Amino acid sequence: MKLVVIGCGRVGSAVARDLAEDGWDVTAVDEQEEALARLGSRWSGGFVVGHGMDAQILRKAGVPDADAVVVSTDGDNTNLVIGQVVEKRYAVPCVVVRVLDPARADFYAARGLRTICPTQTAISALGAAVRKATPAVEQS
Amino acid sequence: MYAIVAGGGKVGSNVARSLLSMGHEVTLIEQRPYRFEQLQDEFEHQVLLGDATELHVLERAGIARPPELVLGVTGDDEDNLIICQIASEGYKVPKVIARVNDPRNQEHFDLLGISQTVCATSNVLGLVEHEVPEHGIVHLLELRKENLEIVELQIDKDSPAAGKRVAGLKLPDGTRLVAVVRNGRSELAEDATVLRPGDQVLAVLEPGKEDELRKVLFKR
Repeated sequence: MKLVVIGCGRVGSAVARDLAEDGWDVTAVDEQEEALARLGSRWSGGFVVGHGMDAQILRKAGVPDADAVVVSTDGDNTNLVIGQVVEKRYAVPCVVVRVLDPARADFYAARGLRTICPTQTAISALGAAVRKATPAVEQS
Repeated sequence: MYAIVAGGGKVGSNVARSLLSMGHEVTLIEQRPYRFEQLQDEFEHQVLLGDATELHVLERAGIARPPELVLGVTGDDEDNLIICQIASEGYKVPKVIARVNDPRNQEHFDLLGISQTVCATSNVLGLVEHEVPEHGIVHLLELRKENLEIVELQIDKDSPAAGKRVAGLKLPDGTRLVAVVRNGRSELAEDATVLRPGDQVLAVLEPGKEDELRKVLFKR
């Protein structure tokens, strides 16, 4: 199974390593060559330097025949555009897009895009942690 | 008419000023604080500080009314695309226009259904091509909504079409020669019109048919 991870920061690189360990054939894409270091010294997958908005870079990374693409650059709008382009142009069966803004994540999720919102996850987890560690508040 | 203009740079501020002088209602959105302050002197309450790709900012600007027109004219193509998508798909804004800063991103706007776009770089390039002799195909007009474009091309002496009648050319489907300009005079391209080296030919075609047309007229 082939996976392309676009945006190889803290999140993208960790996802790339995690799935590579599961046996996926992973290629990571990042604008910065230094991002390769995040994949570790024993990285045996692919690495392409370039911007995910560039169709040539997407082809070079093997997006047209990928089984899954994770889009996790540091820009919400960049991720949303790349995610939609990958889904529409290359018909990749599984596209997952990181979106930090919960409102935009919901908006695009309602339109069928698989969005993951770490901010929403943090909000839920923080609230749950407080509730769990304290006696129940009486509803007023 | 009510219009939201996202992006208060040179393009956005000038368009907003023009719309206001025509008597329209406008909200201009700008996210850079220093630029916002400059704009406030002129546009007062009609300029809003914020990121126009955030739903709550658009809501404050009145996207839910909805406006008749939304312009995504920031310096960032991804932002412009998202603004236009949210406006047209989320709030049923009838007309959205996006600025394309990098012509290489044009294909993304087309793919994602933002059909009304303006790209200054492409326009300048089109003009430059027009001035360069021995050019191939020059884009004169793109009618995206109608799915047509009008191009100009020059028949040179090596062209396989030189000396042939229009009726005798095996033009690809979805293309048609409209007019021939010869010695500064233009005439309609009829079946019996014979093409000569040096002719400028105007053709109307469906986007994407260029390469096929090129093969027939240039053999390359």
